[in-house]
Amino acid sequence: MTLLITITILLGIIVLARLMTIVQLSSELTGSSDSQEEQVRHNNSNGFGFIVFMVLGLGLFIYMTIDYSKHLLPVSASEHGVGLDKLLNINWAIIGVVFFITQIALFYFSYKYRDNKKHEAYFYPENYKLELIWTIVPTIVLTTLIITGLKQWNGIFSEKENSMNVQVYGYQFAWITRYSGPDNILGKSNYKLITDDNPLGLDASDPAVKDDIYTTGNEMHIPLGQELKFQFNARDVIHSAYFPHFRAQMNLVPGMNTFFSFKPTITTAEMRKITGNDKFDYVLLCNKICGVAHYTMKMKVVVDTPADFKAWLKSQKKASEVKAAPPVSTLNSTANGSNSI
Amino acid sequence: MEVKQTADVAVEHHDDHTHEHDHHETFLTKYIFSQDHKTIAKQYLITAIIMAFFGMYMSLIFRLQLGFPETKFAFLESLIGKWGKGGRLDPGFYMALVTIHGTIMVFFVLTGGLSGTFSNLLIPLQVGARDMASGFLNMLSFWFFFLSCAVMTYSVYIETGPAAGGWTVYPPLSALPQAMPGSGLGMTLWLVSMVFFIIQSLLGGINYICTVINLRTKGMSMTRLPLTVWAFFITAILGVLTFPVLFAAALLLVFDRSFGTSFYLSDIFIGGVALPQSGGSPVLYEHLFWFLGHPEVYIIILPAFGLTSEVLSTMGRKPIFGYKAMVGSLMAIAFLSCIVWGHHMFVTGMNPFLGAVFTFTTLLVAIPSAVKVFNYLATLWRAKIQLTPAMCFAIGLVSLFISGGLTGIILGDSALDINVHDTYFVVAHFHVVMGASAIFGMLAGVYHWFPRMFGRMMNKTLGYVHFWLTLIAVYGVFFPMHFIGLGGVPRRYYSNSAYEGFDVFLNINTLITVFAFLAAIAQVIFLFNFVYSIFKGKKAPQNPWHSNTLEWTSPAGPGIHGNWNGPIPTVYRWPYDYSKPGADDDYIPQTVPYSQTKNSNLPGEE
Ligand code: HEM
Ligand SMILES: [Cu+2]
Ligand SMILES: [Cu+2]
Repeated sequence: MTLLITITILLGIIVLARLMTIVQLSSELTGSSDSQEEQVRHNNSNGFGFIVFMVLGLGLFIYMTIDYSKHLLPVSASEHGVGLDKLLNINWAIIGVVFFITQIALFYFSYKYRDNKKHEAYFYPENYKLELIWTIVPTIVLTTLIITGLKQWNGIFSEKENSMNVQVYGYQFAWITRYSGPDNILGKSNYKLITDDNPLGLDASDPAVKDDIYTTGNEMHIPLGQELKFQFNARDVIHSAYFPHFRAQMNLVPGMNTFFSFKPTITTAEMRKITGNDKFDYVLLCNKICGVAHYTMKMKVVVDTPADFKAWLKSQKKASEVKAAPPVSTLNSTANGSNSI
Repeated sequence: MEVKQTADVAVEHHDDHTHEHDHHETFLTKYIFSQDHKTIAKQYLITAIIMAFFGMYMSLIFRLQLGFPETKFAFLESLIGKWGKGGRLDPGFYMALVTIHGTIMVFFVLTGGLSGTFSNLLIPLQVGARDMASGFLNMLSFWFFFLSCAVMTYSVYIETGPAAGGWTVYPPLSALPQAMPGSGLGMTLWLVSMVFFIIQSLLGGINYICTVINLRTKGMSMTRLPLTVWAFFITAILGVLTFPVLFAAALLLVFDRSFGTSFYLSDIFIGGVALPQSGGSPVLYEHLFWFLGHPEVYIIILPAFGLTSEVLSTMGRKPIFGYKAMVGSLMAIAFLSCIVWGHHMFVTGMNPFLGAVFTFTTLLVAIPSAVKVFNYLATLWRAKIQLTPAMCFAIGLVSLFISGGLTGIILGDSALDINVHDTYFVVAHFHVVMGASAIFGMLAGVYHWFPRMFGRMMNKTLGYVHFWLTLIAVYGVFFPMHFIGLGGVPRRYYSNSAYEGFDVFLNINTLITVFAFLAAIAQVIFLFNFVYSIFKGKKAPQNPWHSNTLEWTSPAGPGIHGNWNGPIPTVYRWPYDYSKPGADDDYIPQTVPYSQTKNSNLPGEE
């Protein structure tokens, strides 16, 4: 098989090489090679090619943008996400305009000013005024965009009131979500306490642990309209918690606490209606390469009404069932002690 | 270096003759351990082309998986052995292929290959020097490059597979062999290879800088340097400043991997064991890596810009528009690129305030990039364009750089980056803006300077076929990827079957794979043309493109050691006097004094 392929390839190359020699010889005989006329013909055909490419390309661009918009993410299911989507669309509008103008100019010039023996080039080495204009205009536009973006950025990362503390914990290749319970405090944990029965390494000696509840299945629920403050922790390598439908993402870094807050605004049931897909589910995906099965590391996310959420929470594992910690030697628990930098 | 200083003007064969007697060159010193910059340039180019095909071959294999996730390909098993058992690509090896593909393309093809080839070829020839400042270091730099490529290639074939943690090799994944098979020996070899690579980059860079500063010929002031040389010069400075930081990052990683330190490790429980390391931070690695990583993308694109500027101006028969602004924007980009690395880290847990600062600096670096594009457009305006294959590729670069640069505005905005970070949107963005566009620049360079390198012309018709197929395929591959990314599909996923919502993208993934194969076919056509033309191409005239720069005044063909027979030519003007009003011809080489061009001199040019 391999031999056959090799032989075919070799034969193909030889045949091509012979053909090339013949083409070259014949063009040398007719004297057309490398003459100015030949280049002018190339200029005409390729210049025309640029125009065709531009028209078809921009046409396809518009067609695909329309055709694929329905496959993109549905409306944002979080409060801040709505603002982000709006900002994204403003960006697209501006980018689209610049894209069309510059690409059209590029391909049109390449066609229009091709050498067809009908004109000379215009010696035009400099124009400070023009250059100043196209330095300043992009600066102003970009600054405006960036400032709007930074306002939202600061909003997303500002401290919110009445938020519920939730931990999202990742390891190769699954997720656990821990809810802080009535005291709204995530109790201490320590990676040296991790066992099969205590996957989060909860420290039973901390009273704040007692009322914590964590998931055992591959599904997490969150209550509608509740501001959630997620604390992210990783057990082994870096992971990234990506909630595409909520426009939220944060890395999980071993040895560090990271945070992201959002407020879900659309329940799973409602979203099924909006998307017209009765199997629709929100999802939490791992979005940082974390090992061989990285692509399988996901968790179903369900947005419930607060009442449904309470009911569901009862079915999950209570941290109070975790046995007291075995004696551990000199530990300095950094998993919950350090700040993110 | 010994140089013959005879007054008579070059007669090529005569000189070749005397040179052989002077040096007693053997095959080994002439072609293998050569210290001649022109030979070293060819060595770089050919090594880079081989590596590029290797990297492309890998992308085809993993594109098969993404495009046809259910199909069994019987030939996979004969191609990649146990990694393709039953005709299905192994998920771990998928990661490995992606990682090595990225590493090869970024470092070996577009850093080593691009700068190595064209800085070596063009700096001495265009500044008017006999050779590099140090021929010996130059030779050493190539052989470190070769060693680095060899080690990386070898690592693909070891039992446990090559490094597989992504080309950025973030710890702890890359630091712990327990975390994935590729983090064992494969990762060690990756690090060894990178150390050789950094050495070659520093040796090369120092040489380019010295040559540009010290060995310019008489009259070649800095403001008369072609933009190619400016671009190579600034790229070299950037590399010398930032590669040592990658070295530091790699060194600390080696310590963490082999000597039990905890620079990057803390609080890790893996394989049923709690590791003793504490106090380290993976984010530190990310900072160090991206301190090189972002300037790296400019180390890739600036030389491509340099080549493009030269080709656009020469084949447009018109001076480059805004020479000073072009040089200024090169400098601004180089400086600013060193302070934007944090835009790769908006969601790593870095302080949000820092995120805001990096958003701002990223905005700043976009401005000189925009200026370059507008100046290119102004150069094309009212030009007399010769659409040679090189010119087509240069125009293609501008188109791709616009497309990719614009999506950068979204990624550079910290708030918008939250939802597209690490998705296919990023894959699409960086392939267009630095992958494809730098490859286009490199190809423009190959087509344009092929006559200078090999003394023969490449076949034009095949060149056009290559160009059009490549342009269509590149957009066909990378344009649809934006949508996949906006749909929320993460990168580095072996398969998108984990989430039902992604099923709609299957068709589009198949289409992308078909275009990827089309791109590959086009590159085979190029390879054929390249090899064929080296031996059988039409003999090139002395100055085939009627160019102004010095490299076309030195003896045609493979050239001679020392570049010019007689004294080195003196330079009297800038390199872009094309279509100057009043001139006899539509170009005035740099070697022509103003006294001979009375009719075309502008005020102040005496
Ligand atoms: C034949 C053309 C090419 C094709 C079809 C291709 C395709 C791909 C795809 C699909 C991925 C993402 C895989 C994944 O995330 O699972 C990828 C990754 C990558 N490619 Fe390419 N690519 C091509 C050429 C290039 C070039 C010219 C460069 C040079 C910059 C490049 C640099 C990279 C890098 C840096 C990565 C990221 C690797 C990582 O995630 O660690 N590729 N390529
Ligand atoms: Cu992962
Ligand atoms: Cu960057």
